Amino acid sequence: MTTEKTYTVPTMADMAASGEQPEILFWVGCAGSFDDRYKRVTIAFVRILNHVGIKFAVLGPEEGCTGDPARRAGNEFLFQMQAMSNIQLMNGYNVKKIVTACPHCFNTIKNEYPELGGDYEVIHHSQFLQGLINEGRIKVKDGESFKGRKITFHDSCYLGRANKIYEAPREVLAALDADLVEMKRVKANGLCCGAGGGQYFKEPEPGKKDVNVERVEEALQTGADTIAVSCPFCMTMMSDGVKNKNREDSVRVYDISELIAQGEGL
Amino acid sequence: MEIVQQILFVAALAFTAWYITKRVRLISRAINLGRPEDRTDHAGERMKTMLLVAFGQKKMFTNLLVGVMHFVIYAGFIIINLEILEIILDGVLGTHRLFAPYITPVYPILIDVFEVLAFGVLAVCVVFLTRRYVARVERLQAERHRELLGWSIPDATIILVAEIVLMIAFLTWNASDSVLRDRGIGHYGELQGLVPDFIISQFLKPLFSGFSDTALVAYERLSWWLHILGILAFAVYVTYSKHLHIALGFPNVYFSDLQPKGEMQNMPEITKEVQLALGLPLTTDPDGSQANDNGDQPAEVGRFGAKDVEDLKWINLMNAYSCTECGRCTAACPANITGKKLSPRKIMMDTRDRLEEIQQGWKTNGPDYRDEKSLLNDYITAEELNACTTCQACVMACPININPLDIILQLRRYRVMEESQAPASWNAMFSNIENNMAPWKFSPGDRFNWADQVNEPVK
Repeated sequence: MTTEKTYTVPTMADMAASGEQPEILFWVGCAGSFDDRYKRVTIAFVRILNHVGIKFAVLGPEEGCTGDPARRAGNEFLFQMQAMSNIQLMNGYNVKKIVTACPHCFNTIKNEYPELGGDYEVIHHSQFLQGLINEGRIKVKDGESFKGRKITFHDSCYLGRANKIYEAPREVLAALDADLVEMKRVKANGLCCGAGGGQYFKEPEPGKKDVNVERVEEALQTGADTIAVSCPFCMTMMSDGVKNKNREDSVRVYDISELIAQGEGL
Repeated sequence: MEIVQQILFVAALAFTAWYITKRVRLISRAINLGRPEDRTDHAGERMKTMLLVAFGQKKMFTNLLVGVMHFVIYAGFIIINLEILEIILDGVLGTHRLFAPYITPVYPILIDVFEVLAFGVLAVCVVFLTRRYVARVERLQAERHRELLGWSIPDATIILVAEIVLMIAFLTWNASDSVLRDRGIGHYGELQGLVPDFIISQFLKPLFSGFSDTALVAYERLSWWLHILGILAFAVYVTYSKHLHIALGFPNVYFSDLQPKGEMQNMPEITKEVQLALGLPLTTDPDGSQANDNGDQPAEVGRFGAKDVEDLKWINLMNAYSCTECGRCTAACPANITGKKLSPRKIMMDTRDRLEEIQQGWKTNGPDYRDEKSLLNDYITAEELNACTTCQACVMACPININPLDIILQLRRYRVMEESQAPASWNAMFSNIENNMAPWKFSPGDRFNWADQVNEPVK
């Protein structure tokens, strides 16, 4: 690993102060900011952004929850309060293009903010990484080799069914030259991890089984040693499921950007 | 004798037309209980969706074999209806195979096509019964899915058996008719040389070889009447049945959602309040419960979210009447798969049952009658609503673009905004978002702390 390189994370406020405008706003999201596991994903993605030399910025402490979990739980007031203040903030910075590593933030900002006055080009980090790979700006060399390793990809509902993005994360994984193995229920038929619709923030209702365990069992059946995800909540649910099955020593859960960072030696 | 049959036939036809009109009016009144919403936009895109999903049955082919089998019944239904035109005209005019002399070269080809389809329909209906009762396809079993206890399974069986009987009537009618033609009896004989034997029914002719001429004519009449009366009765029955999708499936798909599945519909009445709130200095605290109080003050804003069917949109109610209770939604639902009470199919069935209950109230207590019950609580419980992960698998799975999730989310909105009945941990999440700008109890000032670790070695 190169320790020489220093990575920087400029904020919109810094940029505005020096009269600069970034090419893209990286929307970190709550999980990416506070969840210890997902902070590593945020950092991996920031390193990639630094590595390819894209002029980006984050909102830093000014960012606030998009309101997605509140809206899906039924609290429309709270959602719109969050949405409006985020939109005011971003419109104030004249934001045009946003990339985020969270499919829930992605879906909300892309599909639900326009009606409230927030019109931006929003892309998910899987699409963004796919673009970098296609342009040859990421070669996925110099780092860890994935040759011969089995990776399975878990579709996030809010990326897949919600926005029909099935191929971008798979193409990103293809660049690793690993062996991509699919689960039984994938893409449009993909099984939820169990976190969406506010479930992440409450105990599940009574039932026979937890959804994440059902999903992890399916992932384990593929024989993959790596479960790739592209959503902070899928990350937690799948990691917990792997632990539930006592397989955390042999099976790891990674976000696609972490795998790319590993492959690129960042 | 002929004229008696004609009169009876016209009477049966008129009764059916009158009865169905009455049913259509009632159902359309029920659907219009829903909130109005313009869904006539994007006509081109809607038409394309209807052609692909309804006419082309695109989503049925997710399971190729079942898709093909369903397509046979569907094509049979549409194409055999051409033959019904002739049957109806024959019945009204007292003619026999009215079209045969006019389109002699193509007539046998047409009937052959109808017969092949009829045989196909018959065979598929047998397979479908087998799937229900022998192979016991999981999503169709009442032991596993409580919403199927009651009328749903007998309803399906009645439909399948009725289709089998109708097809048998059609094929044996053609066979007995062919034998009568061979024997040169009465007007049947007039078509000798003009109309040949047909592709399937020719093999059924031996069944009738032992029949006397009188018995044969009697069977021919019986099967003709059974077939056409069966079809008329079927048309009436369909309006009471889950089988209404054969008609409503088409408009239901035409008016279905066009936006991305992940997009939740905005509530403009709340947008206004929030804008007002944000325009004011930070004295108001516009959280859910307070704003709810405001909502009741101005001239009747109505409810936030849905408690009963009239709070839903009309398309939600059309969805309910279009649902065939096939259970693809429920079979794809992560909550249901893992044993939770939620079943998207039940959401749709409950909505229709509630509408039917309201109609019963109209019948017994006058057209403006409203009872004290509601869709929420009396039909759909909080436990079901709270189990939804909003994964949209149900929406994706529905072959005719029904959206159970939309109903779930509207009911959730009512529970949270009107009744403040969110689970305690959701209330905690709400207050965290409100106070800390994140669903967890972290200080907003720490939000950017992650950046301090960006140069630390990985792991």
